[in-house]
Amino acid sequence: MNLIFFILATLTIVGTAAAMSLRSAIHCILALTIGLVGLAALYLLLGAQFVGFTQILVYVGAVAILAVFAIMMTQGASAPTQPILSSSWLTGVSVAVAVFAVLAWAIHASASTQTAQPQPEVSVNQIGAALMHRFGLPLEIMGLLLTAALIGAVILAMPEKKETL
Amino acid sequence: MSPLNGYLLLSALLFSIGLAGALTRRNAILVLIGIELMLNAANLNFIAFWRYGPNPAALTGIMFTIFSITIAAAEAAVGLGIILAVYRHTRSTDLDQMSSMKG
Repeated sequence: MNLIFFILATLTIVGTAAAMSLRSAIHCILALTIGLVGLAALYLLLGAQFVGFTQILVYVGAVAILAVFAIMMTQGASAPTQPILSSSWLTGVSVAVAVFAVLAWAIHASASTQTAQPQPEVSVNQIGAALMHRFGLPLEIMGLLLTAALIGAVILAMPEKKETL
Repeated sequence: MSPLNGYLLLSALLFSIGLAGALTRRNAILVLIGIELMLNAANLNFIAFWRYGPNPAALTGIMFTIFSITIAAAEAAVGLGIILAVYRHTRSTDLDQMSSMKG
């Protein structure tokens, strides 16, 4: 519990909360990238360097850009004129607050018999060896899944007929 | 409060923000982003438990997170593809207007 954790946690929470509450969708994605960079910095703080850089590469580099492309191809950068919240927003907010209350209560009630542990050292070498040996089958299934997702996304986004364009 | 509890609380807050966004926003793209935020909260839990768990040398938390990030990326690509296909039918990404099962 040090100062760096609080700064990064505030950055993450402010960024993601802004991403879910701003009016213009483009501004939402920009705020989201700030929140995700804060999250990646938290991974670095926890000693998971590889996951932190993967987070920046995949989320900030790919998913955010993909979402910006989708916004540009649908409604454009203009802010919406109709309300941004759905008609049942009160129920949604209540459910989210209830979920947070239950989780916070469970965390607070659980015994925290933590002793200070040294920061574990993990090199990319070890991760690569584990991926190739112990997690070889999941890695190959993941490759299959990515291929299927790539083909599926292209087929979904392709125009069905020329006339519908 | 121990460091692990701090990370778990942050993760719970992140999950709730994502859930609130997914349940209340009208824009389908931002609903997808809310779901991504919930996945990120789960990833933070994996990393925190790996760091403060009894056996960090086993690398299970890191491996789970890497696979989870991969699945989240595939999910985002397919989800945005579906949103583009729906937009071509309805000319809108507003979820309140998508009330019919038949395009």
